[in-house]
Amino acid sequence: MAKSFKLCVWAVGMAAALGFGALGAGTASAQALREGGKLLLTDGVSNIEGASGGGLATWAVIGGDETKDGIGASVAATDVHLPAYDLRVYSGKVGLYNRLELSYAHQEFDTGSTGGKLGLGDGFTFDQDVYGAKVRLLGDAVYDQDSWLPQVAAGLQYKVNDKSAIIHAVGGKSAEGVDYYLAATKLFLNESLVVDATFRYTKANQTGILGFGGDKHDAYSPEFEGSIGYLLTRHFVIGAEYRTKPDNLGFAKEDNWSDLFAAYAFNSHLSLTAAYVDTGSIATFENQRGLYLSLQAGF
Amino acid sequence: MNCFALLALAAALMAAPAAFADPSPDHPGEQTVDPYTPSNANAGARPMGDKAMFDAFHGREGISHIVDSLVDRAVADPRISDIFKNQDLVRLRRTLKEQFTYLLGGGGDYSGRDMKAAHKDMGIQDADFNALVEDLQWAMSKEGVPFRDQNRLLALLAPMHRDVVTK
Repeated sequence: MAKSFKLCVWAVGMAAALGFGALGAGTASAQALREGGKLLLTDGVSNIEGASGGGLATWAVIGGDETKDGIGASVAATDVHLPAYDLRVYSGKVGLYNRLELSYAHQEFDTGSTGGKLGLGDGFTFDQDVYGAKVRLLGDAVYDQDSWLPQVAAGLQYKVNDKSAIIHAVGGKSAEGVDYYLAATKLFLNESLVVDATFRYTKANQTGILGFGGDKHDAYSPEFEGSIGYLLTRHFVIGAEYRTKPDNLGFAKEDNWSDLFAAYAFNSHLSLTAAYVDTGSIATFENQRGLYLSLQAGF
Repeated sequence: MNCFALLALAAALMAAPAAFADPSPDHPGEQTVDPYTPSNANAGARPMGDKAMFDAFHGREGISHIVDSLVDRAVADPRISDIFKNQDLVRLRRTLKEQFTYLLGGGGDYSGRDMKAAHKDMGIQDADFNALVEDLQWAMSKEGVPFRDQNRLLALLAPMHRDVVTK
């Protein structure tokens, strides 16, 4: 019941986002707005929090296949299969004029049989909604090839977790929180490299899946997330990512995350990302390494 | 008048038309453009330091293939074909070949206008610029230029976005 309700909320949210995009596209002819136009993969892919980026890191690029003259949008389904857990993410984002990105993600952190071992019950699932907004402040990641200046964007993510009682029981201080970040992304065409460095100010435990703040530490921490990718063809990029995280909870230590990824854009509407992710220790279960798969469709 | 002087006069008369002719007889089939000062600075970027890239593009012949493929594809590309209507495609092919040759370290001079003047009043948008990039990528791949080397040329062309995109 709760799950179908969540899916329903997500579907309505997606429909609203797409409707907003379509509305923009509908008025396009009147205002000479223009559909499409970005170069392949220059809007990144959808990350676990629904923002455009790599898989784990959030980038400064604006999602959607639009330029400064139009509106774009995309939806994505992501699965991170770990030995003890399964994370499913359904997300959508709208890019406005290559300036503003509005995103939404619904995350389901399914503990499977691990839930029973933790005393939560088999199949216990943390659900979290992430509402994101990102604005491009300066620079252009693609065009400014004669300068070291990256594209810089600032954003925030408002996260709401539905398992408040469990979060408080394990030492978490809140079931909701806001992350703030400043991202810098640059394409180094001469080297066929794309590089991102993002600074995030957060209280989130395991990105919010285990709540915000904790018995061990209850203040915002400055964290780093970054990606480096090598362009093999205009359709295909491979790379690595790293993401540091706070360690707020007394009952279980939290590790930094990393991945090795490959993203393939079939065309400007469809891309597939696969990664090998190392999430370290999650809720006392060590060595959580597994496969990340994400399919994104958009315009 | 001796024979030698007569020959000299004849030679001078024959040479004269070239000296006083219309300044663009070298480029038959091209329309005249407003006067401008030719300069390699008009090419919009500094050329590669060595000839490695020129070789990677298969020299003048390869660049000629790429530019011809690019122009043929662009004028047929529904996203941007309108921009090329009533444009001097003969001059475009020649100046693009000169520009690529110069930028890729192949030597020679670029005789065309700067990017701002050449794209004035065309109303080019980001999406048009990117569509042309895609057509160029297609043309470079067709010629067999390695992807990494394609990107090195694109790195020189990308900042021209500032002067080319006016809308």
